[in-house]
Amino acid sequence: MKNILISLFTFLFLGSLSAQNANKIIEKVDANMSSKNRIVESSMIIHGKRNSRTITSLSYSVGDKKSFTEYLSPARERGTKMLKLEDKLWIYSPSTDRIIQISGHMLRQSLMGSDLSYEDMMDDRKLTEVYTAKVVGEENIDGRKCYILELKAKVVDVAYYSQKIWIDQEYFVPLKEDLFAKSGKLLKQTTFSNVKKVQGRWYPTKMVYKDMLKQGNGTEFIVNSMKFNQEIQEYIFTKAALKQ
Amino acid sequence: MLAIKLAFKNLMGAGLRTWLNVIVLSLAFVLIIFYNGLMDGWNRQARNDTQDWEIGNGQFWHPDYDKFDPYTIEESNEVISDEIQTLIEEDKVTPLLIRQITIYPQGRLMSARLKGVDPNQEIIKLPSADIRNSQNKYAAIIGEGMANATKLKVGDQVLMRWRDKNGTFDAHEIEIVSIFNCNVPQVENGTIYMDIEVVQEMANLHNQATMLVTSRDYENTKLEGWEFKDLNFLLAEFDKIIESKKGGGMVLQSILLLLALLAVFDTQVLSIFRRQKEIGTYMALGLTRTRIVGIFTVEGAAHSILAAIVGAIYGIPLFIYLSKVGIYYGNIAKASGLTIAETLYPYYSVGLIITSIIIVVVSATIVSYLPARKISKMSPTQALKGKIQ
Repeated sequence: MKNILISLFTFLFLGSLSAQNANKIIEKVDANMSSKNRIVESSMIIHGKRNSRTITSLSYSVGDKKSFTEYLSPARERGTKMLKLEDKLWIYSPSTDRIIQISGHMLRQSLMGSDLSYEDMMDDRKLTEVYTAKVVGEENIDGRKCYILELKAKVVDVAYYSQKIWIDQEYFVPLKEDLFAKSGKLLKQTTFSNVKKVQGRWYPTKMVYKDMLKQGNGTEFIVNSMKFNQEIQEYIFTKAALKQ
Repeated sequence: MLAIKLAFKNLMGAGLRTWLNVIVLSLAFVLIIFYNGLMDGWNRQARNDTQDWEIGNGQFWHPDYDKFDPYTIEESNEVISDEIQTLIEEDKVTPLLIRQITIYPQGRLMSARLKGVDPNQEIIKLPSADIRNSQNKYAAIIGEGMANATKLKVGDQVLMRWRDKNGTFDAHEIEIVSIFNCNVPQVENGTIYMDIEVVQEMANLHNQATMLVTSRDYENTKLEGWEFKDLNFLLAEFDKIIESKKGGGMVLQSILLLLALLAVFDTQVLSIFRRQKEIGTYMALGLTRTRIVGIFTVEGAAHSILAAIVGAIYGIPLFIYLSKVGIYYGNIAKASGLTIAETLYPYYSVGLIITSIIIVVVSATIVSYLPARKISKMSPTQALKGKIQ
């Protein structure tokens, strides 16, 4: 009986220690990945069944509530702009010269044929706000030592009920992310690579998103340039800026 | 009586000319009845099928639900009260819970609509019992149209992804347990049917529904917390389609009728010109001008009576045959996206036949009267001499 109690307390103690460590890890990840604001120029390579296409864009974002993206190429997408304010999203298309609000089930549509949905772009709350974490192991990814964290939703309004994240033990940058449905089905997988130091932060500059339920080779997202904590004019985050 | 006797005697005397006019007029006659009968048959069948498969005697909607606005689906759910539960048990209404989902047939992403239906219901024709008879909790039924679009067969499993009421993703394989054939496209296009209790559990919306479909004999139109949508509202779009189809058909029918009436008009002009001596004789015998105009008008209008008789001779057997055998449209019907059966059975109502007879007779009478008016201006002596006036 005594042995059982000791084992139980040891298990609970180690469990809570694991949770504490995990929470500290994701806090560090959040601290590393979040910034006051940032300006990112990126390329999105969408791999289709027959061919691939590249879309370049310039994004301005402040915290996790405001962001503005302008598509620069190809010619077909050039001038398309997207504005996100809190939980609302508007798109401006130069060919129609109209601003459309994307809401409801349209948010679940693919973003320009990629493996990302509009909704995936919308939900960028900090991990610590949404999940409770547990360290479940360690593994090497591309020669980097990683913690494996299991995240379980602690709020009800979350898109992915659980996640498994591989965090670089030195840079506190996620290198792989598996997103699961409530039933435990793997829905999406993201791999992060080319981690570079930008203004004192370590940041992955290549991400590959893959909808695991869909055929295809996923969507690559490559950061061409990135600047943190810049002066961004407030008017950029207005609907009027979409038509400019 | 004299006018009618004379009219028919003269018509028979004219021989081939009369029969040509009569045949053309009878064709217009038969076509008008045939086309309108086809439209009425389609209308009756489509309304009946839509009621059988989808709307019963009307639907109670959640006040926020708008079938034209998919954004409203997420929030349009209401708890099934005890009062409604009693109605469900009495087979007076059946609940439907609607959700937006994504399926991945052959690895392709496809948005669809999931409808939770009571597997024990018998109010709508959906073979929901097939869901009940399956051992699989995630048993689903789809229509042929959906099966073709997704290339799914009975026994196939397909991955479905959905969100619960809080927006959390979930995914599971569902099994297609049966594929039904239905004439109402909106029942099957982009729609999957599963047990309502399973859908409620999936969406975390326990004991809730988006709408209630009433049985054909249910008359009540008030239920606390629900908005009743009657047949006029639910079938308004279809009624507009029928109206526009009838409008389009009227143009063709009018052209054919005008051609037939033109022939009657021509015949009248010619006979008044050629029979001036006869007109003069009538005048000399003391007939008033109005009476002579009447004789010629009746003669012209008699074409339409003969046309009705001739039309009936070949039209009635044709209509009886078509209303029994129907007109087969096959796959064209489904491809059209309209509520239309593979075989259409025209419906000829008494009203339709009487209206068509009146239209043809009245218009033939008018075109016969117009040239006959000239008689009233004729001088009797000149007419007797047969001089052109």
